[in-house]
Amino acid sequence: MNTTIAIFILAIPLFMFLLLGLCGKKMSHPLAGILGTCGMGAVLVLSYITAFTYFFSGSPEFITEAGERLQVVVFNQTWLQFTDTLIIKLGFLLDPISAMMLIVIPTISFMVHLYSLGYMRDHHGVYEHGFQRFYAFLSLFSFSMLGLVVATNIFQMYIFWELVGASSYLLIGFYYKKPSAVSASKKAFIVTRFADLGFLIGILILSFYTGTFDFMQLTSTPVEGAQNIFHVSADTAMGVKEWIAANPAPTFMGASVLTWALVLIFMGGMGKSAMMPLHIWLPDAMEGPTPVSALIHAATMVVAGVYLVARLFPLYIMEEAALNFITVVGAVTAFYAAMVACTQVDIKRVLAFSTISQIAFMMVSLGVARPDFHHGIGYMASMFHLFTHAMFKALLFLGAGALIHAIGSNDYTAMHGLRKYMPITHITFLIGCLAIAGIIPFAGFFSKDEILTACFGNSVVWYVIMSCVAGLTAFYMFRLYYLIFWWKEHKIHDPHHTPHDQPWTMTLPLVILAAISCVAGFVPFGNLVTWNGEPMFDHANFWTNLVHLDWGVAGISLGVSVIGIALATVMYRKENPLPDKLSNALPTLWDWCYHRFYWDELYMFVTHKIIFNCISRPIAWFDRHIIDGAMDGLAYVTNKASYAIKGLQSGKVQMYVWIYLIGALLLGLITGLCLM
Amino acid sequence: MLFCNPLIYFVVIPLVMLACLALCRNIKQIRAVAVVGSLALTALSIWLLCDYLAQRAAGVDAPMLFTGSWSWFGPLNINLAVGVDGISIAMLILSSIILLTGSFASWKIEPHTKDFFLWLILLSTGVFGFFISIDLFTMFMFYEVALIPMYLLIGVWGSGNKNYSAMKLTLMLMGGSAFLMLGLIGIYYHSAPAGQTLTWNLLEIAQNASIERGWQYFLFPMTFVGFGVLGAMFPFHTWSPDGHASAPTAVSMLHAGVLMKLGGYGCFRVAIYLMPEAAQELAWIFLILTGVSVVYGAFSACVQTDLKYINAYSSVSHCGLVLFAILMLNTTAMTGAIMQMLSHGLMTALFFALIGMIYGRTHTRDIRLMGGLMKIMPFLAVCYVIAGFASLGLPGLSGFVAEMTIFVGSFEQSDFFHRAFTIVACCSIVITAVYILRVVGKLLLGAVQDEHHLQLTDATWWERTSTVTLILSVAAIGCFPNFFADLIRFTFSPAIFAALGMN
Amino acid sequence: MDLTVIWYIVPSLIMFCCGIYGFITRKNMIAMLISLELMLNAVDINFVVFNRYLFPGQLEGMFFTLFAIAIAAAETALAIAIIINVYRWAKHIDASDITQMKH
Repeated sequence: MNTTIAIFILAIPLFMFLLLGLCGKKMSHPLAGILGTCGMGAVLVLSYITAFTYFFSGSPEFITEAGERLQVVVFNQTWLQFTDTLIIKLGFLLDPISAMMLIVIPTISFMVHLYSLGYMRDHHGVYEHGFQRFYAFLSLFSFSMLGLVVATNIFQMYIFWELVGASSYLLIGFYYKKPSAVSASKKAFIVTRFADLGFLIGILILSFYTGTFDFMQLTSTPVEGAQNIFHVSADTAMGVKEWIAANPAPTFMGASVLTWALVLIFMGGMGKSAMMPLHIWLPDAMEGPTPVSALIHAATMVVAGVYLVARLFPLYIMEEAALNFITVVGAVTAFYAAMVACTQVDIKRVLAFSTISQIAFMMVSLGVARPDFHHGIGYMASMFHLFTHAMFKALLFLGAGALIHAIGSNDYTAMHGLRKYMPITHITFLIGCLAIAGIIPFAGFFSKDEILTACFGNSVVWYVIMSCVAGLTAFYMFRLYYLIFWWKEHKIHDPHHTPHDQPWTMTLPLVILAAISCVAGFVPFGNLVTWNGEPMFDHANFWTNLVHLDWGVAGISLGVSVIGIALATVMYRKENPLPDKLSNALPTLWDWCYHRFYWDELYMFVTHKIIFNCISRPIAWFDRHIIDGAMDGLAYVTNKASYAIKGLQSGKVQMYVWIYLIGALLLGLITGLCLM
Repeated sequence: MLFCNPLIYFVVIPLVMLACLALCRNIKQIRAVAVVGSLALTALSIWLLCDYLAQRAAGVDAPMLFTGSWSWFGPLNINLAVGVDGISIAMLILSSIILLTGSFASWKIEPHTKDFFLWLILLSTGVFGFFISIDLFTMFMFYEVALIPMYLLIGVWGSGNKNYSAMKLTLMLMGGSAFLMLGLIGIYYHSAPAGQTLTWNLLEIAQNASIERGWQYFLFPMTFVGFGVLGAMFPFHTWSPDGHASAPTAVSMLHAGVLMKLGGYGCFRVAIYLMPEAAQELAWIFLILTGVSVVYGAFSACVQTDLKYINAYSSVSHCGLVLFAILMLNTTAMTGAIMQMLSHGLMTALFFALIGMIYGRTHTRDIRLMGGLMKIMPFLAVCYVIAGFASLGLPGLSGFVAEMTIFVGSFEQSDFFHRAFTIVACCSIVITAVYILRVVGKLLLGAVQDEHHLQLTDATWWERTSTVTLILSVAAIGCFPNFFADLIRFTFSPAIFAALGMN
Repeated sequence: MDLTVIWYIVPSLIMFCCGIYGFITRKNMIAMLISLELMLNAVDINFVVFNRYLFPGQLEGMFFTLFAIAIAAAETALAIAIIINVYRWAKHIDASDITQMKH
């Protein structure tokens, strides 16, 4: 593998960040935008070359005779050495999932760069304040995200994990004069930081017991020379459970340290991927510019948690408990987010909750994946869904951005009946909705079907729950679609400003992403991305096993989706009183969904009332009054004591003589008595 | 020969600067002396680093290099003994950079400019002397030289309740010195086996290893608390918020950036290096104290409204982490501790410089009275955000590498007690994020609070020089940590640590 | 009747006690100075007597007494000078009222 290309993939966005960040103010707006976009374009080309070489060149470097895909470390440079074995390296790991992400991230990022050229200016073509800064931050994010996915060790991942968190903070707070944006960015950073605390402790535990940070060592080959508690090997993975049973690792509070480590690491993933109960930051993060929401909070950064679990999957399969935990968290989140999405009025919030729900789908898929069922189909399905979801969710967000840009509001009540005014946006948005609803032949159908198959293979319970969520997904997406584009005629306030399709920089990305959403489902993922690199189907007939469908499962899921869409059509296609009736019939449920089950209020209560008022303030008071008071008290006592004994030093010689005389006499008396 | 040793110039240059300052007649000359002198010190420390690395590369493996010793008071065997290792060199570089940036930051100090610089340079003489000394007595003397000018610098040029703060700071630190003096004299009287000449020399004492265990139990707490007071160890940290709040900018920078490092450095160099057995036995007491101060300082910072108080409490938290890591008694954690000293020194100096610059414009440090400064003074605001990111441990800046090294090192202690406190200390990264982002949100972002602030100007060239230098240093550590880690780690190899059973 | 040492010591003791009594009770500085001289002279007598009786043939005690007398003279001169100056400044020489120097 060409090391130079790999270095450039990371170096170009970093360079762009520094260039635009330091000299952006001196550049003209279009120059900065075009520079950023061209830089990203270059990264796109290089990443495609890398990924396609990896998947399709067939070179023995990447794939064995038997069709097993290999992990390749392109370069790995020591960055910080802790001990002899614990070394943070910065490197570039190429394997099926990182190669896949090398397609996803630059694609979406490039689309967003291009789209923002149009989006970040108003109707008169005036660029927004901080346009250059926006591109600098986008480059920083792209750099961090690429660094995250190609990480060769878990600490490198943590480093870039923090960097994407920071770039997300900067981009959510892009409109820094808006108080809501400022508090949303703060919330996003602190919530994910809290999750990262778990991630960090998980890394500490894992690295302490294995003596390594390296993914290759952690997940495939036994670690040599380290005080190794759990060896893992690709070919002995099946025997690992027996191995652990024979060599028990230390336990803490009833669970093995491995379980603890994996659950804590997953906690990091829960924060970034907005799983319950750490999801509260994502809906608020929609305060950022819409292209940012599309890039960071829909397609790339929020799936980092899924990617993390997938990266450590060979470890997770050794601990059933950790996987079950993931499944439960994922399923609860998916259901919760889908319910909430049905009631929101802000289109970006609907999409945000939909994102949470879809990511939870991926999590569940990983949670139910077992190597002994269909070669770990859940793993493959999760990555597949990650890929397709990135495309159609970015499409939906960019479409929403086009609508918001045209209307000037996030609220769908200001939209209604826009299909005639914005045909391109309408068609592409519809494709996005069909894809996410899981209608054949759009991308979402295939990936969701694989996930449901995987759920079915694990337990019928998960299958039923996730099918319900799939139905809800179809319902709320089409509710949104109808409310924006149908419902009733659009009220035109100003005849000179009819809503219209946006410039080509904004529509082109929509069209491209819509096209991808139409065809992405036909990619034979099972032959490209699997948990251990072995192809799921026949390696020799790459394209013949194009679609591997379990028609029983697929038919049911398709049916569920169609029901969801039909329901939405009945309720929302034309203006009618049915939705109001329904919400009045179930007031409590509707109220809880509308208020997102009061999670934000709960967090507000815990952070402001409990942490600030019951911990921080008392500590600050304690410090000022007790600790400092003790110090001041010491000074006070010294001072008082000095004044008290000051009188002894009267300066009166005759007094001194008296005291001297009495003292001398007493001493003489005592001496005399003693002598006697 | 005295003047053949390069280390001696770390004291000579400030003394020459003092002499030149005395002759200066206008502010330009004063500035020139301060800048040229501190540049010379920076250059000297960097040259020293290069030469040190060259010697190490050539295979010199003495624990200290550039050693020299000149008798000062024969009967008590007091010498001016100097020598440096990687840790001292790191500290010397830190001090000279902060002196340089501090000089730029006090470009417009009023009144009595000359006297201000005189005291400031005298203070730095003490600091440099402390870091090059390996004789306990001269070390202590330089320590005191560094402390006393603080009283005048705060009392005369400070703001707010300055008399109270200056007095409190000086008295508390002097109280610490009393413990320290007792400890040092105790060490002196047990510095050699019975019948041999007593010595103040660190290296000889460490080699003799003749302090009995019983005495160590007494002397270790004495010296550790003595230095710990300066290192803002809970519950002896309360001088820090008041002192910093009243001190002028450059003094806050030097104090938080360098003087507080004297504490950590001393704890390591004297308390632990000379009395390893007691350190191992008694570390748990101080681990509790420092572990508490890490989260305690962070929580306190969350509700403060004065920028300097916030930063002072954040220093309590970060310096607590330094002592915490030192007490973990393993190479990784100690490397982390020294890196944290470097990192904290630079970033807190940056913070105080920026706070001073903002205060100089808005004349308030209350975050409730300011807002939206990003729009008014973008340069300073961006620098503040960078400093904040460094403080909350963003990778690529210095805080991250230091904290991670500390956590990884601390986690190597596998018993429940150490684990529990390590996890408590880890929690500080979240709380730090809370108070940093709170300040950034209130102070820099959002709407402009005060109409009068709209007329304010952004940074001047000397302010830019000061902040950019510090930011570059912070980024250098953050981007190339292994260079610094190697420099420091090599120092932990001496036999004493083998005796401690460290890895 | 032998002139034993006790015949000298008792008067000198009486002198000394008078001196102490005078020094403590009198507020007038001149009187205090006189009392001081009384004590000094009592001590001088003791020196001479002990020299004469305990170490006959040696003269250290005598010399010491001569020194003490000379220095006492100088000291008295100094003290009187101070007292006169105090008098000029304060118009009295009452020791208990001269407190301005304390502050």
